[in-house]
Amino acid sequence: MNGIVEVAVRCQGLEKRYGDVVAVDGLDLEVYAGECFGLLGPNGAGKTTTVEILEGLLQPDAGELEILGTHWGTDDRALRQRLGVQLQETQLAEKLTVEETLRLFRSFFDRGRSIDEVLRIVELEEKRAAWVSRLSGGQQQRLAVACALVSEPELLFLDEPTTGLDPQSRRGLWDLVLDFKASGRTVLLTTHYMEEAERLCDRVAIVDRGRVIALGTPGELISRLGGEHVVEFALANDDPAVDNWLRHVEGVQDVRREREGIFLTVREVHRTVPALLSALRRHDVELTSFTTHHASLEDVFVSLTGRHLRDE
Amino acid sequence: MNRSSSPLWELTRARVVEFLREPEAIFWVFIFPVLLAGGLGIAFRNRPAESLRIGVADGPGAAALAARLDSFPALRAFPMTPAEAADELRTGKLALVVVPGDSVTYVFDPTRSEGQLARRVVDDALQRAAGRADPRVVSERHLTEPGSRYIDFLIPGLLGLNLMGSGMWGIGFNIVQARRKRLLKRLLATPMRKSHYLLSYGLSRFVFMILEVAALVGFGWVVFDVRVHGSIFDLLIVSVVGALAFAGLGLLTASRAQTVEGVSGIMNFVMLPMWIFSGVFFSYARFPDALQPLIQTLPLTPLLDALRSVMIDGAPLSANLARLAVVAAWGVASFGAAVKIFRWN
Ligand SMILES: Nc1ncnc2c1ncn2[C@@H]1O[C@H](COP(=O)(O)OP(=O)(O)OP(=O)(O)O)[C@@H](O)[C@H]1O
Ligand SMILES: [Mg+2]
Repeated sequence: MNGIVEVAVRCQGLEKRYGDVVAVDGLDLEVYAGECFGLLGPNGAGKTTTVEILEGLLQPDAGELEILGTHWGTDDRALRQRLGVQLQETQLAEKLTVEETLRLFRSFFDRGRSIDEVLRIVELEEKRAAWVSRLSGGQQQRLAVACALVSEPELLFLDEPTTGLDPQSRRGLWDLVLDFKASGRTVLLTTHYMEEAERLCDRVAIVDRGRVIALGTPGELISRLGGEHVVEFALANDDPAVDNWLRHVEGVQDVRREREGIFLTVREVHRTVPALLSALRRHDVELTSFTTHHASLEDVFVSLTGRHLRDE
Repeated sequence: MNRSSSPLWELTRARVVEFLREPEAIFWVFIFPVLLAGGLGIAFRNRPAESLRIGVADGPGAAALAARLDSFPALRAFPMTPAEAADELRTGKLALVVVPGDSVTYVFDPTRSEGQLARRVVDDALQRAAGRADPRVVSERHLTEPGSRYIDFLIPGLLGLNLMGSGMWGIGFNIVQARRKRLLKRLLATPMRKSHYLLSYGLSRFVFMILEVAALVGFGWVVFDVRVHGSIFDLLIVSVVGALAFAGLGLLTASRAQTVEGVSGIMNFVMLPMWIFSGVFFSYARFPDALQPLIQTLPLTPLLDALRSVMIDGAPLSANLARLAVVAAWGVASFGAAVKIFRWN
């Protein structure tokens, strides 16, 4: 090891084009050692491209990057000894068993965990003798993560590690990431799930169209909305003109329209809701639904871009 | 915990295990060539020459004439009416019709070799029966001993064909699939040495080469008494060189292809000329002289020549060095080119 690294990953002005498509468009990033950093963004935002550049699998068109205090192209094999990688889409060899697959990956690394330990971490002990082709999608996903963990890496890249997992496996994977972080190591993960980012990540970068459009702790980003709560309602006879007076209701920071109805960002629910209800009565409009929730990173994303992170 | 086992060993082991778990692959590499050898060996086995069917048209002394001809092992004679005889001759059931009389008449089709042959054999038989004496004593030696039959020619041919096919298909498909499934990219993200990955294909081919030689040569020996006249060790050396050369060629054809269909096309394009011209099923000497230089540059041609030279003629390796050099040159060149242009993702 190279002693303590303050910054595990640093990149500046990263660019990657595929023909006319600009996948990564001048992206800057700093991931501190020991933190779990999340890249959040909709489909095609450039998350995978960014991560694969950081992993040394893709050549950027422009930009500087530094991984664990070194650069790609100096001693790549030594650097790879210190990284754990899970790619977004890898199908492992179908006719090998879980145990054989792990043993193969383990053999590439000088140091690392025992196969038994890794199997226990990803809860695949009963499947150790099963062929990879006979695993469920979620089990294959866990095996892919296991392959990234065989070496006890200093820096772990996870590209959508919980996509396709059931809620229980997802929680299992969250625990795994939290344990990994607790041992002082660094994680860089991408996800579409807001809840996941809020639970796991110390800091997140919201990526859209190949650029970072917001960066901070989940709490910071949410408070930047100007309110921590969202009031969500629908009207019987909706008319875009109502927005004009909705903006002036006490405590309303932001008004936006969605397919499901109207969303207000508010700081204090207990003040705004009574004011809103009386204003609705005054203008003689009838409610058909009404709920409130804590503001999430999803709300942050929508307020920044007018689009959703995931098309659900 | 420190490194558990060698990556090259684990990669090779994975190759071998994966292959053995693929029933179709087992069939094409081990069973199909044996079935092909069995089928062709039976179809082209050396049979005692079939006796010729002769019709004897009704007439004075026809029955005695038929009996006399029938007593020769090479002939089967049947008395019949002239109409029947004409009919059977026309449809090729008879080779020749004898019309008895003061002067015997032979009716046959001179453009059929069977007719020509029957005319000579029948005439010989009748003239000898009539008292002709042959002034010159002759004796005959027949070539039926092992080593000169079609199956002796075929087994080394199929062995070479198999080394080519399994090297190309076995490696090509596996690599293209791994590339398509992004497994190559995943491996690249580990500290694995690329050379270990490519080398593991060569090593696994080495393992299977031994099994392929054992299956085909063993089958030929047990079923058709096909012997290896040279040393088994020399045969293995020639096979190793062949297997590795085609492993290199397989690697090269798969080095950039993105789809299984794509790689299949390239492989067929590469292998088809060798299937036809290199002398697997019949000698390449049948092709025109103008083609010979081309045929000699194909890697399968010298490999088959070397295999046959060791198996049939019992020649030592030293007599095959030039051929092996051509085969090895193909292997080295294609392996080198494959490493250069190989696409990992
Ligand atoms: N090999 C490629 N060739 C051409 N275009 C590509 C290639 N890989 C990615 N792209 C394009 O680059 C853009 C970014 O893709 P990327 O895979 O990085 O997005 P992502 O944020 O990971 O999306 P997702 O959430 O769907 O995984 C997309 O518009 C995609 O179409
Ligand atoms: Mg992605």
